[in-house]
Amino acid sequence: MTTEPSQRQPADRSGAVTDDAVPSRPPLRAADASPSPGDDPLRKRMARGGATAAAQPRTSFRFRGRSFLAFALTPELPLADWLSELDRWLRQSRGFFVGRPVVLDISGAKLTKYDFAGLIAELETRGIRLMGIEGADPSWGGPGLPPLLEGGRTFGAIDAVDSPARNAGAAKARKPEPTSLLIDAPVRSGQTVFFPNGDVTVVGSVASGAEIVAGGSIHIYGALRGRAMAGAAGNPRARIFCSRIQAELLAIDGLYKTADDIEPDLRGRPIQAWLDGNTIRVVALG
Amino acid sequence: MGKVVVVTSGKGGVGKTTSTAALGAALARSGQKVVVIDFDVGLRNLDLVMGAERRVVFDFVNVIQGAAKLPQALIRDKRVETLFLLPASQTRDKDALTEEGVARVIRELRPKFDWVMCDSPAGIERGATLAMRHADTAIVVTNPEVSSVRDSDRIIGLLDAKTEKAEKGERIDKHLLLTRYDAGRAARGEMLTVEDVLEILSTPLLGIIPESEEVLRASNFGSPITISNPSSAPARAYADAARRLRGEAVEMSIPTDKRGILNKLFGRRAA
Repeated sequence: MTTEPSQRQPADRSGAVTDDAVPSRPPLRAADASPSPGDDPLRKRMARGGATAAAQPRTSFRFRGRSFLAFALTPELPLADWLSELDRWLRQSRGFFVGRPVVLDISGAKLTKYDFAGLIAELETRGIRLMGIEGADPSWGGPGLPPLLEGGRTFGAIDAVDSPARNAGAAKARKPEPTSLLIDAPVRSGQTVFFPNGDVTVVGSVASGAEIVAGGSIHIYGALRGRAMAGAAGNPRARIFCSRIQAELLAIDGLYKTADDIEPDLRGRPIQAWLDGNTIRVVALG
Repeated sequence: MGKVVVVTSGKGGVGKTTSTAALGAALARSGQKVVVIDFDVGLRNLDLVMGAERRVVFDFVNVIQGAAKLPQALIRDKRVETLFLLPASQTRDKDALTEEGVARVIRELRPKFDWVMCDSPAGIERGATLAMRHADTAIVVTNPEVSSVRDSDRIIGLLDAKTEKAEKGERIDKHLLLTRYDAGRAARGEMLTVEDVLEILSTPLLGIIPESEEVLRASNFGSPITISNPSSAPARAYADAARRLRGEAVEMSIPTDKRGILNKLFGRRAA
């Protein structure tokens, strides 16, 4: 998830609780954690096979990003009033929250830890199960509580009244979700561009220490010095294109290749990368 | 209304404080009213480089906490009368700087000075983000070396995200100041070249300061190099950078200290 607001946000991700787990990370950690290259079967294999870390057997875990649109409940003080308002509303739309993802956003209300615990219990008695909590003090987290989240984006009010007429109107008014993201500035070190819905195009360079994570393909009109992870939502047909490759890491659909595994002859040249079975192929363009 | 400039870099030891002092002094020598602020609370240095360490009574933190008025804490330079210093506190840490306090001090200084120059601490934490918060213009100090360049890139990203201007959707002016540059070593491939750095950072260049012993000598002497030795190569480079900061078009060059033998003799005799 983008941590710095300078990157243009895809308008649609708002409100959605997006999974921050970057798909290709776990295998990477696994490789990094090995104490010495000698005892690690993966490393050995890489050495023998020459070149492709991506050619590892598919025994490793794959994590894929998912994003859901969650209802955000934003309690207001005094809590008793807010709860009675909620009750009144629930009487009208019984079972509204059943099976729906709900996030509790308490960043707007100054709660004490005690209030907070009470509030969670109150919601539970009303059959509202929380999948996450936003804006809570990190020290309030605990094993019995849903995970503390941050970085959610507002989607606008979701029409909570089940009236067919309104729903029809809303469906018409809703814009189609954008399936590509264009960034026309360099992506700086430390920035992450996360766009699970489709392709990302960068007009400019991607710095060392920067990261592009796309559900679809990645196109970079500039030097790629950081990481590019395409097909992150599970798309083996995604590709990576860049006009100059000096990448730290390329990943497609959870399989990755580090700088050391990229043909040295290709460095600095325009390339495309795609997935051929379990191997990432990188070839010069043009 | 004066301009607020942050001098920042991410990485430590690249020459932020030296550059703040040298640029501030160069601007002041050209008649501009300048205040330099040390944001490095707990590790203050700007007072030493400016040669004002024995004159510090009140500091930035005192002003923020209301223990002193701003005019009481400002130290006027003894050599250039339009140059002022707001020193940091050495006994506190960065948490002593509050968002509102910093905003208030900048608001008070802006109408009184042509230039408010904020010397940022290294890093990307509180001190650094507060120093850049209100800036109109940023000077990113970079050495021709990969780690410094990557840290500068990170800082540029933060400048575009965490400053007041950026949050209002405006763009903050960013300039690159390349310090400790050795043309010979860059040519031999031992250092990044100017082109390499510009290509990676894609940010306009404010100046190239050549590596020189004179810079260290000036710092130890407690005098910005643009005051103590204005004819030296680094001082001329800083003076050019200061003119560019004022909006003048000055051709980019890397001044050197190579002088003719007559010049050398004359220089020595004059000294």
